[in-house]
Amino acid sequence: MITPFQVAYKNLLRKKVRSLLTLVGIALSAWVLVSLLGFNRGYETRLNQDIDNMGFQMMVMAKGCPYEAATMMLKGGTGLKYMPESIIGTILREPEIEKITPILMQAAFDPDKGESGGIAIYFGVEPKTFVEMKTFLKFRQGTWFTDENAYEAVMGYEAAELEQREVGDKILVPEKNVELNVVGILNRTGTQDDGTIFVPMKTLQKIFNRTNEVTTIGIKVKKEADITRLEDKLYKLPDVQVVSLAQVKQTIMGLISTAKVMVLSIAMIAILIAMVGVVNTILMSVHERFQEIGILKTIGAMPWDIFRLIWTETLILCAIGGVLGVGLALVLSRLTGMVIRYILPYAPSGGLVLIDARLIGITLAMILCIGLLSGLYPAWKAGRIRPLEAIRSEGAR
Amino acid sequence: MSGNEISIQARGLKKIYTRGSEQIPAVNDVSLEIRKGDFISIMGPSGSGKTTLVNLLGCLDNPTSGELILAGRSIFANDTRLSERELTKIRRETYGYIFQNFYLIPTLTVMENILLPLTFYRKPGSEEEGLKLLKLLGIEHRKDHLPGQISGGEMQRVAIARAMINRPEILLADEPTGNLDTKRSDEIVRVLQELNQQARLTIVMVTHNPVLAHHADRLFEMKDGHIKETTRS
Repeated sequence: MITPFQVAYKNLLRKKVRSLLTLVGIALSAWVLVSLLGFNRGYETRLNQDIDNMGFQMMVMAKGCPYEAATMMLKGGTGLKYMPESIIGTILREPEIEKITPILMQAAFDPDKGESGGIAIYFGVEPKTFVEMKTFLKFRQGTWFTDENAYEAVMGYEAAELEQREVGDKILVPEKNVELNVVGILNRTGTQDDGTIFVPMKTLQKIFNRTNEVTTIGIKVKKEADITRLEDKLYKLPDVQVVSLAQVKQTIMGLISTAKVMVLSIAMIAILIAMVGVVNTILMSVHERFQEIGILKTIGAMPWDIFRLIWTETLILCAIGGVLGVGLALVLSRLTGMVIRYILPYAPSGGLVLIDARLIGITLAMILCIGLLSGLYPAWKAGRIRPLEAIRSEGAR
Repeated sequence: MSGNEISIQARGLKKIYTRGSEQIPAVNDVSLEIRKGDFISIMGPSGSGKTTLVNLLGCLDNPTSGELILAGRSIFANDTRLSERELTKIRRETYGYIFQNFYLIPTLTVMENILLPLTFYRKPGSEEEGLKLLKLLGIEHRKDHLPGQISGGEMQRVAIARAMINRPEILLADEPTGNLDTKRSDEIVRVLQELNQQARLTIVMVTHNPVLAHHADRLFEMKDGHIKETTRS
């Protein structure tokens, strides 16, 4: 017995190059589609991860540009503004708050960093509250500070790597000529913490002459609390701005939405082109087999049989193309992520293109639907070929 | 050989083609009766309307007027027109067709070509028929070859096997030997004769070749759309 599937499949092998080219078109569009969807998911997931790794959901900082605040949170910006430490007590009075940790961010230009110097970022943290908030930080070497006034430093993974420091070594704070003992080096987290040098807050205040001043207060809100209400209340404090991470996320997602729209349009165009390619290939193949299809009808094929046969050909092309495209996307997802990272102004850490089974399912289903649609017209046309016309056309060809 | 049951009956069958303002009667007022088990051949010069008549008799074409009755069932009459779907049904249940150009599917092997009609429609026991036909037609050793790898005579045998797989009642052969040399042509007609005798198959064959035509039981001649039964010489 020979099945319609075999007939369709063998026919595609007849014009190998043409079938292959169509296949490549479909595969490319599937690749673009699945990568784009994977990026949509991946970017958001990674951003959420980055935000979760901050350990707090809300920050209070001195009034300034909100974009700067956003970058400050995720990259550690400069051009800092300060708030008095006394604000901590005021904030702690709010019932919605579970815990808070004050941070003093400082940046110093280090002429020895890299080839042309660079900014060294210091986080002055309260040993007790900061550790409670960031319980997920793990040490590669050593541990936290011995005392809240100690001249000690805990280095992020990359900061330590860059300066080639180990526990027991000393680091110099440039411009201030103060030496700190390295007491701990953190594991890689994939966040900005990797590049940061943590110092007890009181020590850092002394070094930079910022006694009783902080730049940021990280707030962890109670689970059942109404975050928006708390936000409104905190906004009433003088000269501060409240940045909730949900807001930061929104801001960043807004920034990349343009990029997303662009990629989406490209994907749509790619799909359209692939679709036209499929229609063209199948139509040509129907046209070439005009007589053959007529003969199939004289040997008993109903219009629906022919329709199914041509449709099957389209589906085979789309299924193989789709699978190839998804495979390509999986293999190249790291590369795609790197390219996107290069293009985008800000990208969270980790793989940006996340492709999972559900996504693959959605893409394949979409490609198949498109295939079914593109096959519709050629298949319908083939189904309408009348046997006699096909036999008669013999002389004309 | 012929029984009394009437297989195909045509009454005043007419097919008129229009070319510009000209009306060309390809088949003009043809009436004939073909009994079950008849082997008839239709001869005539090019353009005499043989092929058009065979297409009408085989339900491949609609007559302009006239009546066609198939085993007692009216297929075409002045007020009856069957749908394409019904016609396909009748064609696949009743007819087998072979053509001058064989029309095998080049991507399928000999065996696959023969079994192809079963993909769309199958009478019980058709599959065993396939193997029997291969043997009967002497193309067993070619069953895994592609059409491009076998000779014209063998290709026509494959086409005959394909036409026969669903055990039709009527076999229509339009110039089945038109592309073959004398020896192969003779072989093909003998095969048809054998099928006619063994299975009591009704055969309508169109041919140019008077020698081959004389293998049939009944001879018809067509000229300018008119048909006339001739006595065997």
